[in-house]
Amino acid sequence: MADISSNFLGIKSPNPFWLASAPPTDKKYNVLRAFEAGWGGVVWKTLGSQVKNVSSRYSAVDFGGQRVMGFNNIELISDRPLHINLKEIAECVKLFPDRAMIVSLMADNDKKSWHEIIKKVEDTGAHGFELNFGCPHGMTERGMGAAVGQDPEIACMVVEWVMEAATLPVITKLTPNVHSVVPTGRSVVKAGTNALSLINTIQSITGVDLDTLVPNPYVAGKSVFGGYCGPAVKPIALKFLTTIAQDELTKKVPISGIGGISTWKDAVEFMLLGASNVQVCTAAMKHGFRIVEDMCEGLNNWMDEKGFKTLDDFIGKSVDTITHWEDLDINYHHIAKINQDKCIHCGLCYIACEDTSHQSINLEYGKPYNKYTIKEEECVGCNLCMLVCPVDKCITMEEHRVAPEYVNWIEWQKRGLPLNDH
Amino acid sequence: MIQNNRLTPIQYQENFSDIHPPYENITAAKVDANRCLFCYDAPCMKSCPTSIDVPKFIKQIATENIKGSAHTIFTSNIMGAGCSKVCPVEKLCEGACVYNLLEEKPIPIAKLQRYSTEKAMANKWQLFQRKQSIGKKVAIVGAGPAGLSCAHSLSKEGIDVTIYEKESKGGGLMTYGIAAYKVTPQFCEDEVNYILSIGGIEVKYNHELGRTISLAELQTNYDAVYLGLGVGVARQLDIPGEDMDGVVDAISFIYHLRKNGYPSVPVGDKVAVIGMGMTAIDAATQAKRLGAKEVTMLYRRTEDEMPCTKHELDIAMLDSCEIIWLAAPKEVIGINNKVTQLVCSKMQLGEPDASGRRSPIETEETFSLEVDMVIKAAGQVPFEHLITENGITNNKGKIVIDKNCATNIKGVFAGGDAVNGGKEVVDAVQAGKDGAKAIMAYLNIA
Ligand SMILES: Cc1cc2nc3c(=O)[nH]c(=O)nc-3n(C[C@H](O)[C@H](O)[C@H](O)COP(=O)(O)OP(=O)(O)OC[C@H]3O[C@@H](n4cnc5c(N)ncnc54)[C@H](O)[C@@H]3O)c2cc1C
Ligand SMILES: Cc1cc2nc3c(=O)[nH]c(=O)nc-3n(C[C@H](O)[C@H](O)[C@H](O)COP(=O)(O)O)c2cc1C
Ligand code: SF4
Ligand code: SF4
Repeated sequence: MADISSNFLGIKSPNPFWLASAPPTDKKYNVLRAFEAGWGGVVWKTLGSQVKNVSSRYSAVDFGGQRVMGFNNIELISDRPLHINLKEIAECVKLFPDRAMIVSLMADNDKKSWHEIIKKVEDTGAHGFELNFGCPHGMTERGMGAAVGQDPEIACMVVEWVMEAATLPVITKLTPNVHSVVPTGRSVVKAGTNALSLINTIQSITGVDLDTLVPNPYVAGKSVFGGYCGPAVKPIALKFLTTIAQDELTKKVPISGIGGISTWKDAVEFMLLGASNVQVCTAAMKHGFRIVEDMCEGLNNWMDEKGFKTLDDFIGKSVDTITHWEDLDINYHHIAKINQDKCIHCGLCYIACEDTSHQSINLEYGKPYNKYTIKEEECVGCNLCMLVCPVDKCITMEEHRVAPEYVNWIEWQKRGLPLNDH
Repeated sequence: MIQNNRLTPIQYQENFSDIHPPYENITAAKVDANRCLFCYDAPCMKSCPTSIDVPKFIKQIATENIKGSAHTIFTSNIMGAGCSKVCPVEKLCEGACVYNLLEEKPIPIAKLQRYSTEKAMANKWQLFQRKQSIGKKVAIVGAGPAGLSCAHSLSKEGIDVTIYEKESKGGGLMTYGIAAYKVTPQFCEDEVNYILSIGGIEVKYNHELGRTISLAELQTNYDAVYLGLGVGVARQLDIPGEDMDGVVDAISFIYHLRKNGYPSVPVGDKVAVIGMGMTAIDAATQAKRLGAKEVTMLYRRTEDEMPCTKHELDIAMLDSCEIIWLAAPKEVIGINNKVTQLVCSKMQLGEPDASGRRSPIETEETFSLEVDMVIKAAGQVPFEHLITENGITNNKGKIVIDKNCATNIKGVFAGGDAVNGGKEVVDAVQAGKDGAKAIMAYLNIA
């Protein structure tokens, strides 16, 4: 059995799965249920300025019959009285001393407010802070949340205030509502944050109701841009994560990966790309806390199969495989191959390639089943057919190097090698 | 004893309720619709005699475009609603679904088709706009699937159609032949009305070719004639005792049941059904559902050669009908002209015949069954006399047509069971479409 216990900035948890700061972590009742279910830690729902929420608050994107492929919300930070939150945090820490308790903060934009709230939270026995520089709605209009995260100078200033007062470790949570997370990341690392976490939600409209003609979620005939999360945002989160894991400065601090994680596989991918642990919100909101059981077991089995004994054995292992386009090997070539024994003759590979790719699949008419084969000379190895094929491992990509030697784009141009071959 | 009114009204209702219940709601339909892979040049579509664009109509259910879905179905098959209930889909579309190749359950295509078409019928969506009349007139004989499909296609193009139908209701064997637990009389009537709602089609019920009207009259009064008159009674067994009381023809038996209602149909205590086609299955299961205590089906060959599908056979077996393979009726024995026994020969299989099926050969052995009713369902006989009398070239009563659906008489076209000798509703619908196309070409309408 592999050891899946995690140590993030000295904060220990029995596994690397934390619940992200959001409704699942906004009161003692939920948090105790989460700990009982096995979650390694929680980031308590953001505390700070006093707010008032609206109704309704959530909306979702369904896809191909699956509910909640993407999720969005227009909720604000915690709308419960601060003293109750603080009391409950202290109680949870006492009842589950082995779990991580991080408290998310978003104070008004002045030093005094930040110092006050930090002091109050430190008295609860919590293990660390997460600064919410990411909420993209409601708080930004008041100069908080994403408004801070989008401006490296303001972010730097706030982190400096925090670091003056905090004795506990500080994680800064970044907003993805920027073209690059690196500038803010660098500036808060310089200001002294102990770690980074990302991503918060992405501004979005999930859809428009075709009867009322008002976008979702509906509030008295109007809507606003909401924060997008859930499985749909995972690829974007992974990209932002990798940029932080590769930057010379930001890679010096641990990263907590967030955004669209629903399974142990998703979690492993975040960790391979540099996250030391992960946080989950939407998946728990869709299925409840019980999903953590399979996350732990799946991670454990995968680590055993791969021979990884601890999380550190694989954290960051894939970061260096993301390179620049011009460094890719142009002599690498692979060609699709259809396993005729597995093929169910659905024709999806054919129509995809014929209509939208390189006309590299041959159709031999049959009634009722056509036979599909690859025209090897035409196939550019784009993967499209393999991606649309409904049968696992029916289409595989077989390596057929053009030449043994590694030649990248720069070298290719230097040598004046042929272009536009397809 | 042969008697009617064997059951209570509730029992009749239960026994003849829909065997394939529809989806409860759109969510349920979408679960299955979303499973469809949306195959290209889809095997299911190629296996449908009317070439319904199955992946397209299923995708349209998934996008909640139910009207579009119904339009897709009806464009290829105007009896798409009826077909969704009576087609032997396990050997057509669903049998070809690629999921079968993964040893997974195929997409329930018929059930999905029923969902869209029933919605269309219930809401009376008029999905086709008839072109303005172009002043051409076509007479159609028979308001069965072939005739109705031909009429709809022609009317859409602005041709004025008159259908002559000998019965008092339309639908043909859909209304008078097919098992009642597949389609209800009300459904058949609604379907006919829905098809006719396009306008431009007049149906003259209780008009029979050869009795109240003649082919010559039709030829004079119309620009073209289409014969979609189906096939007639069940084939004779040609064995001693066949004319005794208690020996009935499956077609008449079912016709009675469909026309006059279940309680009025007399059925025996112990019934033998001869044959293993769709009609035989329908007769056997319905005899059982009418209250017969024992029903035994006899077939000359084995399960490998049977004309019905495995699915149909399962229905009969689930209704606890006995099956005796390799048995042929030899003689009906009775007392006071009332059936008491059926003597059968045991058969064995010989060499494959012209159809490729191994032909049954009589052995010396016989056995006899105690029965009080024998239902004959060993195929149907075409209207040979009527057809020959009108000088129409035929093959043992089956009308002979060329590749343009034309008979030997100029301007007279034919299709459906009357030509193929008895296939499925879906084949008749396609025949009607082909006939309409041929008539359009004959009338020089682009
Ligand atoms: C018992 C039984 C069960 C069946 N079960 C199924 C099934 O489950 N699924 C399936 O797909 N198919 C089934 N079939 C076959 C299907 O019913 C036929 O293939 C289909 O109805 C043929 O259509 P048609 O229009 O060619 O002929 P028909 O449906 O026979 O229609 C012919 C019409 O012409 C009328 N007509 C006949 N003679 C004259 C005349 N001289 N003048 C005026 N009108 C006339 C008839 O009254 C009738 O309305 C079954 C058939 C039988 C007998
Ligand atoms: C309803 C809702 C409320 C949220 N509230 C907060 C919050 O108060 N503070 C915060 O830092 N992030 C908040 N988030 C963002 C989540 O913590 C997380 O970063 C985001 O949902 C991406 O993770 P996921 O894809 O697992 O949901 C909220 C998300 C949701 C869905
Ligand atoms: S997509 Fe896959 S299963 Fe479908 S035809 Fe192509 S190879 Fe066969
Ligand atoms: S073969 Fe099956 S999966 Fe493919 S389109 Fe037809 S119903 Fe859908």
